[in-house]
Amino acid sequence: MAMTRVIKYVFYDILRTRFILLYTLFLLVSTIAMFQLDTDTGKVILSLMNIVLMVVPLVSIVFSTIHFFNSYEFIELLLAQPVNRKVIFLGEYFAVAFSLCFAFAAGVGLPMFFYGGGTSGITLLYSGTMLTLVFVSLAFLSSVLTRDKAKAIGIALLFWFYFSLIYDGLLMWIIYTFMDYPLEKVTLALVSLNPVDLARILMLLQLDISALMGYTGAFYKEFFGSSMGLVFSSLVLLVWIIIPVWGALRIFIRKDL
Amino acid sequence: MISIRSVVKTFGRLRALDAVSVDFSPGKSYALIGPNGSGKTTLIKSVLGMVIPTSGDIVVDNEPVKNHWHYREKIGYMPQIGRYPDNMRIGQLFDMMRNIRKNPPLPDEELLEAFRLREIFDKRMHTLSGGTRQKVSAALAFLFTPPVLFLDEPTAGLDPVSVEILKDKIQKTKEEGRLLIITSHIMSDLDDLATEVVYLQEGRIRYNNSIEELKDITGENKLGKAMARMIRGLEQEKQEKPPPLSPLKGGSGGVRIKN
Repeated sequence: MAMTRVIKYVFYDILRTRFILLYTLFLLVSTIAMFQLDTDTGKVILSLMNIVLMVVPLVSIVFSTIHFFNSYEFIELLLAQPVNRKVIFLGEYFAVAFSLCFAFAAGVGLPMFFYGGGTSGITLLYSGTMLTLVFVSLAFLSSVLTRDKAKAIGIALLFWFYFSLIYDGLLMWIIYTFMDYPLEKVTLALVSLNPVDLARILMLLQLDISALMGYTGAFYKEFFGSSMGLVFSSLVLLVWIIIPVWGALRIFIRKDL
Repeated sequence: MISIRSVVKTFGRLRALDAVSVDFSPGKSYALIGPNGSGKTTLIKSVLGMVIPTSGDIVVDNEPVKNHWHYREKIGYMPQIGRYPDNMRIGQLFDMMRNIRKNPPLPDEELLEAFRLREIFDKRMHTLSGGTRQKVSAALAFLFTPPVLFLDEPTAGLDPVSVEILKDKIQKTKEEGRLLIITSHIMSDLDDLATEVVYLQEGRIRYNNSIEELKDITGENKLGKAMARMIRGLEQEKQEKPPPLSPLKGGSGGVRIKN
């Protein structure tokens, strides 16, 4: 199939840049260091969670955007060949997504396997993988929105800033401003609008320390219980993966190259 | 073989192609001529599906270009500026092109041999000079013996020996009865290689007829001179009849030439 061949060549190209290798090493070293510093698995997972919530989205979105623009020649070359545009685009997506997920799974998963991370460790791996996929999707969206590499990286960073920092600030502001009203359902809807928050909730519900997250976490726990929350946030995260990449595909199919 | 019907392409305010209608028939060799920025490359890229027309229809061998891609099996394309993945070696590039196709026909490696590309198969694309890249582009365009060939400024940047090799190859292809569409600013090259002229200006087709006919009306025996005379005629007409000038329909040959 043409798709597997495209994936093979993109994958080959990604391996050549060695960035993925460095990323894997970074995750590997940090995870091992965390396990060495603390013997309490819960605390280790909690520290790792902060890396997963900040670093993984940032690396995923910036690397994917840069990679997309660096593959412009490759895409152009294939476009003159009897290859479907959809296949080229999705081939790029799957290859990049797979490389980053593999790097994450190897970097965090391997030490976890040796030191033993338990259920919370698996949840961490799961939500990190989901977040990687979400931010690769967002990166592909920002890549097709403009022809300019610098602008695309700008849009990508904006996505990251928004979901990692700005959104939480807005959420806090809303909660404090409308403290006197029943906000449970509104908060739930608002949290679903941010994949990073969803991943955080996913992990905190597993770690059983949702109180640390304050109001939203406690409420979430109360409303869903663990398994319901897991299903709900997984579904919403899936939507967060599919919608941006679908939109990007629609734009790419109509794009002049 | 290729029929283009009232194709319009706008880039913002610029109309790169303005209701272009033209047929390219098999067995003929077309010289696509026009000033810089007249829409030649945009027209070629539209046929290849790299540029999506704002409106109009393009059909290649009974297959509409829009949302289709199988027809590209029949097209060999030599871009004006060949851009290739930097880190790929020449050999890998050729392997990839072969692997990406479902049933690649027996490759035509004549140019590969003539340009002695095999000797530098392990060189990476980013280390290549402009001329060598051009050779790679040419070898790739001819590789699958396509019935249609688009050559966008094929001889630009090539050394004299390579130009002759490529021209011989094009001549051979022409004699095999394959459809050729060549853009170039070197009229003497086109004089040997093409049988038809399509003249594009500001995104419109201003002339479309055989080279013989053009030489006959203008009374010149060199394509370059004939073109110059024809263009002067067009410009005079433009001054007499203020714009907008109605585009000439393909094949009508209705250009008035002032002697």
